[in-house]
Amino acid sequence: MNRHLLSIDDLAVDDVRTIFDTAVEMHDVQKRQVKKLPALRGRTVINLFFEDSTRTRSSFEIAGKWLSADTINITGKGSSTSKGESLRDTVLTVCAMGVDALVMRHSASGSAKQVSEWVDAVVINAGDGTHEHPTQALLDAYTLERRLGSLEGRRISVIGDLTHSRVFRSNVLLLTKLGAEVTVVAPPTLMPSGIDAWSKDAGFATSYDIDEVLPTSDAVMMLRVQRERMNGAFFPSAREYTVGYGLTRDRLASLAEGTPILHPGPMNRGLEIAADAADAAHSLILDQVSAGVAVRMSVLYHLLAGEEATA
Amino acid sequence: MPAPTQTGPADPGSGHTVLDARDISRALTRISHELLERNKGPEDLILLGLHTRGVPLARRIGDRIAAVEGTPVAVGSLDVTMYRDDLRSHPTRGPQKTVVPPSGIDGKVVVLVDDVLFSGRTIRAALDALNDLGRPAAVRLAVLVDRGHRELPIRADHVGKNLPSARSERVSVRLEEIDGHDEVRISQPSGSETGQ
Repeated sequence: MNRHLLSIDDLAVDDVRTIFDTAVEMHDVQKRQVKKLPALRGRTVINLFFEDSTRTRSSFEIAGKWLSADTINITGKGSSTSKGESLRDTVLTVCAMGVDALVMRHSASGSAKQVSEWVDAVVINAGDGTHEHPTQALLDAYTLERRLGSLEGRRISVIGDLTHSRVFRSNVLLLTKLGAEVTVVAPPTLMPSGIDAWSKDAGFATSYDIDEVLPTSDAVMMLRVQRERMNGAFFPSAREYTVGYGLTRDRLASLAEGTPILHPGPMNRGLEIAADAADAAHSLILDQVSAGVAVRMSVLYHLLAGEEATA
Repeated sequence: MPAPTQTGPADPGSGHTVLDARDISRALTRISHELLERNKGPEDLILLGLHTRGVPLARRIGDRIAAVEGTPVAVGSLDVTMYRDDLRSHPTRGPQKTVVPPSGIDGKVVVLVDDVLFSGRTIRAALDALNDLGRPAAVRLAVLVDRGHRELPIRADHVGKNLPSARSERVSVRLEEIDGHDEVRISQPSGSETGQ
């Protein structure tokens, strides 16, 4: 396994299997009365979040704590970056305190890779701009595997705001790596430029027609409409987006019975996903959150516990 | 931690056999009877095998106790990977299943079962792991082979065979369930070896 986790490309299929196998054991720890393992005792993990986050940051924090690491959260607001300090100075300052791992979220694509070149600590990308969010993809695939068994040959649809989604990029890389047949669906305005060439290389399909894709899907992953990243109008109105691409009550009925529904959160209920779909018995949205802790424990363990991780 | 390999497959031609299948069977039968005698029956006994080869040994002891007493005894497995004190001196390894009876271990007599007792560090890790699972009334230790060279004040309650060995020697336990046949061999080390 690579020293850092910056992209799904850093992981071979065997690495993914190792992470999943360990995550299964970590999942069992969540059911225990004492949710604590001593594996990372004496290690320090800093969650450096320059963008807002609830589940990623808290699940990394819980994962680190359950493995007995010392975890500290630093957010953009309230840190010296708001006084004008550069990213490089911030991470070098933090690392000078003797940090073993940096879990980093930043609005600039490629920032995690850049930081990994500046510091000795292990760097885990917790979302860099519109580039990647590898641990989210790992927990999504792990959750799906627990529900569907092997992903080999499974038809998985990823639907929504693809242009602004790092989750989509990591997921497409990982799901195809695990043998799934992925179709991505978005309105033309939210389909990333250059996706035709990429889809041919990576072996996934694209579509503008959600109603054609849904009935044949073995799993559906809805993505958030990222209004905060949109500088202009990508669709005329929220209502129009819902009619064209939302997982509405009617579309929910078009799915085969029990088709798993995923959403990386946070959800815009009523926009990209109807409450009926989010709360359906076959929705895996809360399973994703719980798997997030187990998968992140596994990632932290494999990157930090062994001899190769000595920083 | 300097620790020559104590279990696992070795060159089949090297060294000599110290326990064959019948010896192993007799040793496990004796341990089963000792456990029953010491515990005055199978009540509240939980056998926890330590990965890897302790797990089938615990099952075999459980089967023998069940055959003698006519009632099944709880058998589980315990993984101590996360609790080892040498995590940082090896590449990471994935943890294996920890399985304890649904009723938990509180107030029960837990018997840890392992194949070889050597430095004692695995057992120390197992005691820490148990601590996170509950509070047993008592913890006992049963091992197939005690080869000495303890680094911690730990001893076994039930031993299949005491096997005085040189530190540099290698003790290999093979079990039907994992390796296809039952045997304990002792041999001189060949090439580089790592501790368990």
